[in-house]
Amino acid sequence: MASASAASTSTPLPLRVEGLVKRFGELTAVDGIALELNRAECLGLLGPNGAGKSTLIRSIVGRVVPDAGKVSVFGDPAGSIGARMALGWVPQDIALYPRLTCRENLEAFGQYHGLRSAALSAAVARCLDWAALGDRAEDIVKNLSGGMKRRLNMAAGLIHQPGVMLMDEPTAGVDPQSRNRIFEMIEKLRGEGMSIIYTTHYMEEAERLCDRVAIIDHGRIVALGTKDELVHNAFASRSEVLARFDSMDDGVAVWVEQRGGLFDNGLARFSVEHATDIAGLLDAAAKAGHELADVSLRKPNLESVFLHWTGRELRD
Amino acid sequence: MIPIIRTAWTALRRDRGALALSFILPVAFFTIFAVIFGGRSNSTPKVSVIMVDEDHSGASQKLIKGLSEESLSVITRPAPKRGVEQPDYTAATAEDAVRAGTAPVALIIPPGFGVSPISFGGGNQRVSIQLLKDSSDMVASQIITGLLQKVAMTAMPEVMAEQGAKYVDEYAGGFTPEQRKRIDSGLEELRKRESREASGPETHHDPNRGMPISVTTRDVVGQNKNNPMVSFYAAAIGVMFLLFTASNAGGSLLDEAESGTLDRVLSSRVTMGTLLAGKLCYCSLLAFSQLVVMFVWAWLVFKLDFIPHLAGFAIMGVSTAFAVGAFGMLLASTCRTRAQLGPLSTLVILIMSSVGGSMFPRFLMPEAMQKAGLLTINAWAIDGFTKVFWRDEPVSHLWPQVLVLLVVGIALFLIARKLARRWEYS
Repeated sequence: MASASAASTSTPLPLRVEGLVKRFGELTAVDGIALELNRAECLGLLGPNGAGKSTLIRSIVGRVVPDAGKVSVFGDPAGSIGARMALGWVPQDIALYPRLTCRENLEAFGQYHGLRSAALSAAVARCLDWAALGDRAEDIVKNLSGGMKRRLNMAAGLIHQPGVMLMDEPTAGVDPQSRNRIFEMIEKLRGEGMSIIYTTHYMEEAERLCDRVAIIDHGRIVALGTKDELVHNAFASRSEVLARFDSMDDGVAVWVEQRGGLFDNGLARFSVEHATDIAGLLDAAAKAGHELADVSLRKPNLESVFLHWTGRELRD
Repeated sequence: MIPIIRTAWTALRRDRGALALSFILPVAFFTIFAVIFGGRSNSTPKVSVIMVDEDHSGASQKLIKGLSEESLSVITRPAPKRGVEQPDYTAATAEDAVRAGTAPVALIIPPGFGVSPISFGGGNQRVSIQLLKDSSDMVASQIITGLLQKVAMTAMPEVMAEQGAKYVDEYAGGFTPEQRKRIDSGLEELRKRESREASGPETHHDPNRGMPISVTTRDVVGQNKNNPMVSFYAAAIGVMFLLFTASNAGGSLLDEAESGTLDRVLSSRVTMGTLLAGKLCYCSLLAFSQLVVMFVWAWLVFKLDFIPHLAGFAIMGVSTAFAVGAFGMLLASTCRTRAQLGPLSTLVILIMSSVGGSMFPRFLMPEAMQKAGLLTINAWAIDGFTKVFWRDEPVSHLWPQVLVLLVVGIALFLIARKLARRWEYS
């Protein structure tokens, strides 16, 4: 038992980020981020645009040289050959050769990772099968649908069988059917024990796919934990009240803020300890002369947590 | 209407590449061609001519002196080697020098020229000056021939007078009836000869008839070529399009940077050095293949002597393709986007091609422009291919061109590598 424990502590983590800082001139894009990714874990990165997610991912890949801190992948420093071979990166852009076929793209990226002959052929077949593109293997990439390109983009990151996958918004701009297919692909990887970092703007994706979620804002991790931990830390036992008003003038917004709520686009959000607190809220609104059109009570979710920590101010 | 014009103008104003193509390129081109042709309109281009005086007579020396005072670069001996003066050119060494491209024309004044340097209406007694020429320069020999006749008139007035007196003595001495009869007879003979030559089945036209100095012209370079200028233009046009091809191929780097593929490639085992070296090899191979296609076409359609010059072609082709490939890499790594690359490469390549001789032979340009051309890949490549296909020079004579192209290629690649660091890390 003691030896097993020693073995587990001596085995390096798939990914460890310590005190990472990256500045671009006056802007501090990453401001002391520290996180760990465990084996077979899917860690979600949530954050508004410009929060520092992409810089963090690029630092992990070794494409950004940090000003401070360090990143190690299975113990190897970021950018080293060991780290590169252990990482599979799915960029947000469709980073493929548009005039090559699916097979030719996978072969090219496989060769860039040192795969040759039989190993390469096997890897290409495995990735085509995983992305459900076996019957489109000889199609030119630029002629594929958006969803197919996304799946191939992911497959290209997996060609060398990495230990850690970095997925940067892999479902951006795809239809619900393709998104669902991509979820299945990721769930299959998770089932095989792959460690994954997954960035997204979609809360339901993070809730469905991720074991833990890190909320990043202004280059820092402002919350980290499982979904339940995040909700509990942000709201404890409180519930969320969503209220829609008949009129949406400035007076309503001011009144919502005075009551400790968030107001956006005609929808006000309050947190209450007990369901009976809604009555007091309705009474106060009536006294202030604001007529409510619709009121609902719900348990806070990841979106509530996200808005709680990052606010509603537009970032770009 | 006005909003349409305003919108289009604003779009153009913000597209610096298109703006440069619209205003800078035409001005640059105008300037280059104005310098080439503007210089030519004011004076005869300074043609180099090798002079060999085998006669050493007063007439031959006056002729050389007269030519020296014209707008010519008269060369009588090779440049000193390691500070040691070289002996004067002989007929044989002058012919070798024309073959080697030292000068496009050599004039050999043979022994006996001074006895009867000038005559009118032909005559067998005079000795012809030999004009040895490189027929790739179609202009130089014409200029020299014309100047030779002009100098005969201006530099040797006493010879002209003496020759005139001879004519008077011969045809009009004293204008006695007998003399008149002889003049008439002589003129009649001239008329008959002219009539015979005009109606004869095999008309032999003496190019020197009517000229004061007799000149025999002989091609010493390219005399057996089927189509003298094909090799020049295959190289000249070829190099220009090679530059465009290499720039376009290098641009794939920008496409990959813009799409994010470059980031992905650099996150694999591939380093920036390896990637650039691979792109350079690809650009060079593509450029070499293009040259092969061009010269094979010239061989098949225009009867270029391709097969006997395969070794020289291969050496020049590889050197040129390497330099051009590195140039493409440099252009790509200089630009931020593919949209920038298009106008910049067009601007640079067209200017290089016009100054470097791809559009207009350098030997017809003013001297300063010829020297400026040496700053371009085009000039060195064209010079090398001309040595191979035109002058039939051995492969060992290609070393200056090969050396320059390889050094330029390495230098351009190293600069491109340095500029590419911005893609490497941020």
